Amino acid sequence: MSPDVGGPVTVGDIVAERTVHLTRESLVRYAGASGDFNPIHYRDDVAAEVGLPGVLAHGMLTMGLAVGTITPWLGDAGRILDYGVRFTRPVVVDPADGADLHIVARIGQVADDAVRVDLTVTAADTTVLGKAQVRVRPADQPADSTGDGAR
Amino acid sequence: MPVNPDLVGRAFPPTPPYLVGREKVREFARAVFSDDPQHLDPEAARALGYGDVVAPPTFPIVLQDVTLQQLLAEPDSGIELSRVLHAEQRFRYSRPIVAGDELTAQLTVTGIRTLGGNAMVTSEAEMVDAAGAHVVTATSVLLVGEGDA
Repeated sequence: MSPDVGGPVTVGDIVAERTVHLTRESLVRYAGASGDFNPIHYRDDVAAEVGLPGVLAHGMLTMGLAVGTITPWLGDAGRILDYGVRFTRPVVVDPADGADLHIVARIGQVADDAVRVDLTVTAADTTVLGKAQVRVRPADQPADSTGDGAR
Repeated sequence: MPVNPDLVGRAFPPTPPYLVGREKVREFARAVFSDDPQHLDPEAARALGYGDVVAPPTFPIVLQDVTLQQLLAEPDSGIELSRVLHAEQRFRYSRPIVAGDELTAQLTVTGIRTLGGNAMVTSEAEMVDAAGAHVVTATSVLLVGEGDA
């Protein structure tokens, strides 16, 4: 069991890590779930036409699965105060072999009101997201309005 | 047509209300490889104090997309989808989205920066619940390339 977010974490601690294997099916599934049907995410001919090295994973799929890596450690996704990324490199998903994304979540900063978790996401040994940072509320601090969605 | 600098400060009408469904949350969670019980099982979500399944952190993109369609549909925007790359994305949360929420989003273009022939267009979609309370603000930076010269 990883340490709780409210527990003692120090800068540099790895709190979660995983590898996600993406296939073309993953991209089609994300397209349907998100509503992003840009054909560069499922059609080789269109990807080639616009000069891409191949069919690409949606940047938002990478962003979404990256933060999902820390949810079990957080315990409550509602602790996330903000989350931002830069899309720096494309993730090419081969029709037969797919692509592996490796995610490492490290503590980047510890302050009284928030802990910053830095996500490093690599595909084929290349970092694909820049400044992927999640600010989370420490577990021992109550949310202002957690459960408002409950009603 | 270059990106229209007059877009800055333009506020768009709020989107029609979006009702967050439990199965949609589950579908999205599976699509982003986030099978934590709070996203799939209402009982697990209730144990955390929520009324129903909790949407994954990037779920607001579903609604942000509706606002970006508004931007692309603006006849004078100078933005064509085929020339758009997603450069940056950020979400700032007041609380997580939960199934049963009825959300509306309002888009504002907050900045346009020209870099050579390209433009970086920053926009914010502010999402509120049925009571009008802030839920999340989604900020996106789009890199818009120059059209055929």
